[in-house]
Amino acid sequence: MKIANRKVTAERLVRDALDKAKHFADYNIFTFLNEEGALKKAREIDAKIAAGEKVGRLAGVPYALKDNFMSPEGDTTASAHILEGCASPITATAVEKLEAEGAIMIGRTNLDAFAHGSSTENSYFGPTLNAYDQSRVAGGSSGGSAVAVALDIVEFATGTDTGGSIRQPASFNGVYGLKPTYGCISRYGVVAMASSTDCIGFFTKTPGDMDLLMSVANGKDSKDLTTLDNYYHDSKLKKAKRIGVIKEFDNDSVDKNIKKALKKKCELLKSKGYEIVELEMPALKYALAAYYIIVPAEVASNLSRYDGVRYGFRSKKSEDLDALYSETRSEGFMPENKRRIMIGNFVLSSGFYDAYFLKAAKARTLIVEEYAKAFEKCDFILTPVAPNPAFKLGEKTNDPVAMYLEDAMSVPLNLAGVPGLTIPAGKNADGLPIGLQLIGPRRSDKSLIEFSKELTE
Amino acid sequence: MKYVPTIGIECHVQLKTKTKLFSEVDNDARGKEPNSCVSPVDYALPGMLPRLNGEAVRLAVLAGRAMNCEINAESRFDRKHYFYPDSPKGYQITQFYQPIIGSGYVELPDGEKVRIEHAHLEGDAGKLTHFDSYSLVDLNRVDTPLIEIVSMPDIHSAKAAHDYCKELWRLMRFADVTYGDLYNGNMRFDVNISLAPEGSDVLGTRAEVKNLNSFRSVERATEYEIKRQSKLLDAGEKVVQETRGWNDDAGKTTGQRSKEEAKDYRYMPEPDLPPVRLSAEFIEKESAKLPPMPSEYRKRFKGIIANEILEILLDYPELTNKLNEIDQKYVKNMSNLFTSVLLAEEKSAEYLNDLPSVRDLNELAAMNEKKELSSTATKEVFLRLFDPQMKGHGTRQIAKELGVIQENDLGALEKIVDAVLAKPETQKAQEDFRAGEEKVIGFLVGQVMKESHGKANPSSVQDILRKKLS
Repeated sequence: MKIANRKVTAERLVRDALDKAKHFADYNIFTFLNEEGALKKAREIDAKIAAGEKVGRLAGVPYALKDNFMSPEGDTTASAHILEGCASPITATAVEKLEAEGAIMIGRTNLDAFAHGSSTENSYFGPTLNAYDQSRVAGGSSGGSAVAVALDIVEFATGTDTGGSIRQPASFNGVYGLKPTYGCISRYGVVAMASSTDCIGFFTKTPGDMDLLMSVANGKDSKDLTTLDNYYHDSKLKKAKRIGVIKEFDNDSVDKNIKKALKKKCELLKSKGYEIVELEMPALKYALAAYYIIVPAEVASNLSRYDGVRYGFRSKKSEDLDALYSETRSEGFMPENKRRIMIGNFVLSSGFYDAYFLKAAKARTLIVEEYAKAFEKCDFILTPVAPNPAFKLGEKTNDPVAMYLEDAMSVPLNLAGVPGLTIPAGKNADGLPIGLQLIGPRRSDKSLIEFSKELTE
Repeated sequence: MKYVPTIGIECHVQLKTKTKLFSEVDNDARGKEPNSCVSPVDYALPGMLPRLNGEAVRLAVLAGRAMNCEINAESRFDRKHYFYPDSPKGYQITQFYQPIIGSGYVELPDGEKVRIEHAHLEGDAGKLTHFDSYSLVDLNRVDTPLIEIVSMPDIHSAKAAHDYCKELWRLMRFADVTYGDLYNGNMRFDVNISLAPEGSDVLGTRAEVKNLNSFRSVERATEYEIKRQSKLLDAGEKVVQETRGWNDDAGKTTGQRSKEEAKDYRYMPEPDLPPVRLSAEFIEKESAKLPPMPSEYRKRFKGIIANEILEILLDYPELTNKLNEIDQKYVKNMSNLFTSVLLAEEKSAEYLNDLPSVRDLNELAAMNEKKELSSTATKEVFLRLFDPQMKGHGTRQIAKELGVIQENDLGALEKIVDAVLAKPETQKAQEDFRAGEEKVIGFLVGQVMKESHGKANPSSVQDILRKKLS
């Protein structure tokens, strides 16, 4: 990672990043550019370096912030109309930690509104375009962040991953993307999608950068009671021997090139002396259904606070209380938001809770156990991230179920809370990046990142 | 027809924690500007997560034990969804599936027991003030910690409903988990009432009277409902299952909304809060700090303090607990001072928070019983024990400073009596007394008292005088 030092100034790094951001404006990556703020911080860091003062591990490193992280720099919109104009009085813990080490946010990136989606097409600000093919989607929901790193605008970008929102856009754009173990990084100050599966993570160009960011951002936070103890630094690196591949994911729905890429990586590992183990994980077939019950339920609940009363957008047609709610919410939410609110409220409604939510919760337990069993047989698992590379803009917007099916390989990790790292694995014939997903047991994040270096030739 | 009422009561108790249930903001908004005790967590800014207040959990444990309830080793929070501006998150965080407090019972003054179904922790809602064309929202009360205590339908009269609520109030005050200020809504009661024909084992349809904030309104509303429902049933009509409000001035309940159109709260486990796990050691250690509860005091003070006096004292845990500490032989004496002197004082509420030491009170009672202090002097010294200028001095010293210690030394008294009897101005009275005029003894006692500067014990003086003049 290029950090500011005596050879290169923070101001230079930030100016370059801002110039590139403007150069690539047609990709629709940013919802906000932090020109003034970023340059001011850069000059402060340069002054410190000049004065011989100590600077942080990320001094002067320009980064992009997914627009669902709260901070006073720019409005936090989550690319949703209903949050337009929402200036945050607080700073997310993750942002605080990055900035404390000297990282400089140059802009906020586009996402599917409230992170609901797999293509960034559900953004109120329009879709972000794929870094390798402007007719294709960036993936999502963290599409803007993935493309910002892929186009080398910034050194890294933050993301959130509820069902693949970091790993899938990382694979669509050929960069590293990590969804850490659930609870590794504080969710405080990040606009919630589904509380029990939301994870904060990063996009980087190298595993080394990922490790550095994780060591900065991880840790217990008294403001998020679901954070784990500070295990990241202490975790002993695991000496991996056996790598699992999932039998059920070797099916016809998976793109040929992706299958080939997976096979190639397995050969590479074998040549390095690793054993490849074929795993049967039948419980994973429940993952997508369970995910699309549990997540919409939590989504519907978490989105209840957007009522036009205290902040953000309020409909002009709010002449009475019912109108305030219904008009603000119908105008303020995107169709995908509404779809999930309706599903969520349906599965939670009295009489259906046991049949849907409770059953999904039980399926979730099965999935957790399935991973535990799998990691008795192997150290890490290597799978595709999604069955296909980046699809065309508009290709799946009218078929939500087809869109949901793209998540089948990424959502099981979120239900189980295990970490997953997208690694670039070449390109297909059309020049589109292919990514693979490396999965480890809970708390194996550091080993996972370290092991990913073995997959480069 | 004769009907048997069956009554169950839900009671909300605001806990007296320093901060709110899920944030570090001041929980005591009395006298503060609207919306001044509100953190981003409370007003539900995006990305905010609840932080559980450990003190609220501790107080819930105490409250539970005060009601002889089991404390669940593991409890969880759930979200109860509804849209209303008093609920910024769009849901209330409560405990629907696994409450912290399990089953128990409350023993009423008459010895009857009302079983507790469970009690759970939850956050309070904000407050709305309605005007003609708009309403104002005050979120100061949002997520003030509450426990909601749910009774079994073990209550069968308005009087028992009153007694149960009052006893709950006392228990919460003895457990010291709430300020217990009913006027300010620290405790609020919802009463469920149904009637069934005598002898029937099927319960009738119930109506719920919500948000009662005094024992008297609980009693009156219950009486009203029993009458209202009896009339309906006598006329062959049906009781509608509904929520009713109580109008204290009119003395009536009125229908608010029927349960048919009741909301679906779409309960869901709260994913932002891990389960609350309490060790047996923690529960034991905390409950060991509880003082005896009113039912225990009723046994302990039986035959020592009259029932009516004790029931007054039980409204003041500070006094009852103090009585429990002082020498048992002085309890009766002191209970009278507490009820007839202390509670009559204007500043009694202030005094309750700063009661004299056990030593001072024991000494006061002892001096009174040894007749060193007359009953008037006892009251005077007692009140001085609260006087910031004097209270540090100790009972005896205060009595000395006031010059109210009675002379009980008979030898010394005799000398004074002799001196008085030698005075010319008492000669006539002595003659009159000897001639059978009883009432002049008063004059002579008065003279001795004067001579002793008021320190002589008048009854001893009279005894000596009678002896000498016989």
